[in-house]
Amino acid sequence: MSSISDFKGKSARAIVEMALEKAREHESFHALLSLDEKRALERADLVDAGKLKGRLAGVPFIAKDNFLTLESTTTAASHFLENFTAPLQATAIEKLEAEGAICIGKANLDAFAHGGSTENSAFGPTKNAHDDTRVAGGSSGGSAVAVALDIVPFALGTDTGGSIRQPASFNGVIGVKPTYGTVSRYGVVAMASSTDTIGVLAGNVDDAELVMDILSGRDSKDMTTLPDFFKPIVQLDAPKKIGVIKEFMTDDVDAGVREQVTGYIEKLKAQGHTIEEVSLPMLKYALAIYYIVVPAEISSNLGRYDGIRYGERSKDAKTLSEVYGLSRDAGFMPENKRRIMIGSYVLSSGFFDAYYLKAQKARTLLINEFNELFNTYDALIGPVAPTPAFKLGENTADPVKMYLADIMTVPASLAGLPAISVPAGLTDTGLPVGVQLIGPRTSDATLLAIAKGVSA
Amino acid sequence: MTQISHDDVHHLAQLSSLQLADEEAESLRIDLENILGYIEQLSELNTDGVEPTYQVTDLQSIWREDVIDDYGLGREPLLALAPDSEANQIKVPKVL
Repeated sequence: MSSISDFKGKSARAIVEMALEKAREHESFHALLSLDEKRALERADLVDAGKLKGRLAGVPFIAKDNFLTLESTTTAASHFLENFTAPLQATAIEKLEAEGAICIGKANLDAFAHGGSTENSAFGPTKNAHDDTRVAGGSSGGSAVAVALDIVPFALGTDTGGSIRQPASFNGVIGVKPTYGTVSRYGVVAMASSTDTIGVLAGNVDDAELVMDILSGRDSKDMTTLPDFFKPIVQLDAPKKIGVIKEFMTDDVDAGVREQVTGYIEKLKAQGHTIEEVSLPMLKYALAIYYIVVPAEISSNLGRYDGIRYGERSKDAKTLSEVYGLSRDAGFMPENKRRIMIGSYVLSSGFFDAYYLKAQKARTLLINEFNELFNTYDALIGPVAPTPAFKLGENTADPVKMYLADIMTVPASLAGLPAISVPAGLTDTGLPVGVQLIGPRTSDATLLAIAKGVSA
Repeated sequence: MTQISHDDVHHLAQLSSLQLADEEAESLRIDLENILGYIEQLSELNTDGVEPTYQVTDLQSIWREDVIDDYGLGREPLLALAPDSEANQIKVPKVL
């Protein structure tokens, strides 16, 4: 895979043309939903003319198609927004463009980012970069595959419960889910506001770090953003104390995954880090908490898709209630409907205390366990997912089975913690396995520095 | 385990403003029952006296001056997004 530094001093037009060519060459993977050739080449010419400068001058990238971009559609991989062109641009895109980066297209995802395989896209699944009979992972599947196929050196993704980390693991690239509040979400299609984060997928740690440095910081258009705390660390000043999460290394986890994670842990030991086994009993409940809290927030956030102000309105609707009901029925995928209806269920009177309130209390207990461990440990480690990429169609008939693919990524999301997915190696059958490093809030740069030490 | 009836699905669909076809409602009924069956395991957990977590930043209410900011977006580009509009207004079917 290319590095951002490979592009230094080269013609931006040539770089962008090559990226567009690669994107077309790999069309069969269906990583991308659209290419914005015109705008990309115009911006490349500005770079070549010296009118556009910055740390990413002339560097091509791809954004998941839930980031609003000017002059091209933003579909969220849904029929609802199939023809939607945004009148504004996401802050994340603006920040990258201000550094001279060039967005060449938009990546496939599970519709509205609901899913863990990119099979819920209204426009068909993305195929895994290492085996096209397997899933890309999701929901940022297109972003991960575009980086793994070396179409671009980095891509933007969103991670609400693992949507950057899990596809990064399945395709052998770096995935960064930052501390909640690190990057502005203005101009990004909302899913679950208490866990939605924006991050990056990249071919190497240095590039991921540079992009995070550019993206992080407060934005008056997103009141949940934190003051900029992200400072790249060239080299760690001292070895770290890292806890191996016992619950993530049981026999239920694929043997090939455990083998690669164990191998990575040996490399950390060789770097001088102290490794000890730790336990978080509340992890057992994390997925249940997640699939109450997140659908609740989804049911509220997706109320905005009414067929009135933007997006598709059903042609068959004759009354106002049909405008809502028929437009939403046609615009959403089955998984969107499941989550909205579960959300309506857990928030409805009579069930609120037993489900939603209970889950938010359990969430506190989970956070307390993390905090307790971070009194002693600098980071925690385990797999990103219990298996490597599964077969296309393998889990689509059983939503609960599909949800289980998120079991190792949702805990950090519920607690707002930074977590990164780092390629650990390949299984015997040649499938990538990612290792997950989780740290206390705002320790994002430390996690990347730990990974840098191993890859150096 | 929680049973979800056909009527429950239609009630939830109504709460969610989804006009479902009958066969889709039945497939969703089965899925919802399975998902609720999974998340119900939380009931075994003791959460007495635990404060709920609604947000994970330490940020408190952030105030700004009460001045209108249109974020650089005028009325026209926003109205242009609406599936139907007339005389500077978004148009919907008659309500009353």
